[in-house]
Amino acid sequence: MFRVAGSVTASRLSAVCCRTVTAKQFQVHGASLHVLSSETSRKSRNGPAHHRIPPSWQSVRTMASAGDSQAKINYIFYGLAVLFGGGGIIYYMRETSKDGNKTKKSTAAVPAESKEATEPVSEKPTSETTKSGKKLLDAMPQSYPDYEVMPDIPGHAKYLLIGGGTASFAAFRAIRASDAKAQVLVVTEEEELPYMRPPLSKELWYSDEPKLVEKLKFKQWNGKERSVYYNPPSFYVEPKELAYQENGGVAVVKGRKVMKLDPQKQVAVLDNGWEIFYDKVLIATGGRPRNIPVFERASQEVKDRVTLFRGIKDFKRLDEVSRNASTIVVVGGGFLGSELTCALGKRSRDSSLKVIQMFPEPGNMGKVLPEYLSQWTTAKVRGEGATVKPETFVKRARFSDGKVILKLNTGEEISTDHVVVAVGLEPNTELAKESGLEVDDTYGGFRVNAELEARSDIWVAGDASSFYDIKLGRRRVEHHDHAVVSGRLAGENMTGARKPYWHQSMFWSDLGPDVGYEAIGIVDSSLPTVAVFAKATEKDTPKAVVEETGESLRSVTETEAEATLPTKEETVAAVSGETTAPPEVEIKDPSDPASATGVEPSASEKTESATDEEPAPDVEAAAKLVAEVETENRVAPTPKEDYGKGVIFYLRDDIIVGIVLWNLFNRMPIARKIIKEGKQHQDLAEVAKLFDLHADED
Amino acid sequence: MSYCREQGKDKIIFVTKEDHESPSTADITYNPEEDDDSPGLILPNGEINWQCPCLGGMASGPCGEPFKEAFSCFHYSQAEPKGSDCIEEFRSMQECMSKYPELYPFDKDEDNDKEEQTKTTTTVEQKTSEEVAVTKESTATRAS
Repeated sequence: MFRVAGSVTASRLSAVCCRTVTAKQFQVHGASLHVLSSETSRKSRNGPAHHRIPPSWQSVRTMASAGDSQAKINYIFYGLAVLFGGGGIIYYMRETSKDGNKTKKSTAAVPAESKEATEPVSEKPTSETTKSGKKLLDAMPQSYPDYEVMPDIPGHAKYLLIGGGTASFAAFRAIRASDAKAQVLVVTEEEELPYMRPPLSKELWYSDEPKLVEKLKFKQWNGKERSVYYNPPSFYVEPKELAYQENGGVAVVKGRKVMKLDPQKQVAVLDNGWEIFYDKVLIATGGRPRNIPVFERASQEVKDRVTLFRGIKDFKRLDEVSRNASTIVVVGGGFLGSELTCALGKRSRDSSLKVIQMFPEPGNMGKVLPEYLSQWTTAKVRGEGATVKPETFVKRARFSDGKVILKLNTGEEISTDHVVVAVGLEPNTELAKESGLEVDDTYGGFRVNAELEARSDIWVAGDASSFYDIKLGRRRVEHHDHAVVSGRLAGENMTGARKPYWHQSMFWSDLGPDVGYEAIGIVDSSLPTVAVFAKATEKDTPKAVVEETGESLRSVTETEAEATLPTKEETVAAVSGETTAPPEVEIKDPSDPASATGVEPSASEKTESATDEEPAPDVEAAAKLVAEVETENRVAPTPKEDYGKGVIFYLRDDIIVGIVLWNLFNRMPIARKIIKEGKQHQDLAEVAKLFDLHADED
Repeated sequence: MSYCREQGKDKIIFVTKEDHESPSTADITYNPEEDDDSPGLILPNGEINWQCPCLGGMASGPCGEPFKEAFSCFHYSQAEPKGSDCIEEFRSMQECMSKYPELYPFDKDEDNDKEEQTKTTTTVEQKTSEEVAVTKESTATRAS
């Protein structure tokens, strides 16, 4: 029963895990791809171009003749595509070729943002020579490239999204919701279609159906299967076919990296030299997991046994390793590290696996929770079956006899089969310098304004975005929900919405069935905190909440919410209230004022990611184990006694900037309101009353 | 009674049920209806909010355009019964959706997370036809 927690907030600044980019990658192969001058391309994309004989056309032909015939045709097409704005050109080419006599009246204006792509093409069209095509495009050669010779990657995209993660997904969903015929091109370095990250450290580990896990699927509480992939492959269009789609679509180019952007020419250059002209571009490059110097300097044998956990690849690797290993060490005590530790701890119950977690802070979530709660949390993690070593770090690592030997600062030596590193994220701003984009030297990431815009027509969302939060000031947030909220906002703004970041994102985490919390705003343990606790009853655990509401995917994001329509709206009178609203949009607790906000707002809380609870029995059994107490361990209050449920306020200049709801659910709207108002409060105990701490006690 | 403890910069207050019985004197009013952050399906000006999470991926998927047309038609329909003048739009929406069975499955029992989306569209049609039946009935009653 794990809800999804957000990604680890940027914690320790270990050495950056860099990737070297050679200068060569920036050179376009031959000069041939610089087909058109920026001037020409700009003009042609923005207005009727067909009457002009593009001077650049000649250069295309010249250069094209140099290469092989395939490349030649590619260049020709590329030139045309740029001239006539991508989809528009194909439309006109096909129109004119199909029926030479019947040229459309509206040939005059080739809208740069042509939404009228050709009719849907299921098979490749046969090529026909143009005849009266001359009317439209005087500069056209007799034969023109048709589908077979179209380049695999378009030379132009109206909406270009760099990065294929959660922010990108949320953005393309928002773009297409505003502009249902939009053609969106996603370019991602990964060899994967967009997927959600949180299940990789939660649900997938708690599933008891290995066949599902193999397919990266997990079962929700209601028995329904869910994939980590946001959309099945059939949702996407082949990049090559994007321009042909009558209703546009989303195409994903995998395994390609954008090396730089030219904000003035509005072109993106890929690692293979290919150029894509764009109208609007979103940078959603996320980040790379950080490493620690000890492992960076280590021998190859050691490195081969270290996983920097971030994506599907890493999950698969760790999943496999954990089945055979006798010891696994987790370095890092934040969200990801603690979740993985609990997940591996569970696995260790049914095997001889030993799990050891270590981190420099005095307790788990040391940078997030005030010390007393951090200690309490550490005890919980131990209860999940792991050995936790706070205030510990690795000094040396060597390979010996098939094992990795770690020498710790405490003097201890540990022999382990594998090491998982979860020490934070380095935001990916590799393309900043060459692109003339500002990097935030305080928070990292690309600097953007409140509307998430970095420069004209360039937006940045998700982990890589240092944005101006009107309420809380400039920040960079590494949580799943933030990726969703900011991705969606960027997408809306790319279609002209001009909205600032306003809806505060949140995050949450569960530590076994007994403790879970939701949080919003700036939750930094270095801030002074005031907490109000009530003693928990049986009904306050995450497990109890799940059972009562029948909801499992507490962390289903808004963008993944299944389509239901709120009953209070007039259209819903017709659209069924019988629609089996998925739990996340149902009114949870009738007595709870927070959940009475209706369908949409409560769905909006379920933004963390679609990972969630497992069938009760497993986690329940785990929680019953007695916590392992280390000798150097500080004495933590007994679980379930002192910190049953409550609310913790994080203050900055006496204003509440962050709130943690400890074992309190369905109260996020109130918390959000408090943060939004940003008032100074005299008596926080009075504010705490708003959360109805004793609601279920009767 | 409540008591308070301090641990460094962190203050901890424990409260009993009785302590929290009196209403809050804090300077905040929280009115669920006023939550302007999330406008819901229908915007204040009466238009459809296509960004509403409640629509899932319906408005943005491959059949987003036909869906929007059908739903808009229905929303603004003045016909009796409502939406009866939108049959064409619904038909083309269904036609589109049938091309993507993985995304818009029509089999209710199928395990698919887009299931609810199809339900929405089918129920819209159901409701429309239901209303047609109801109207017919009431017309008949009135006539008699």
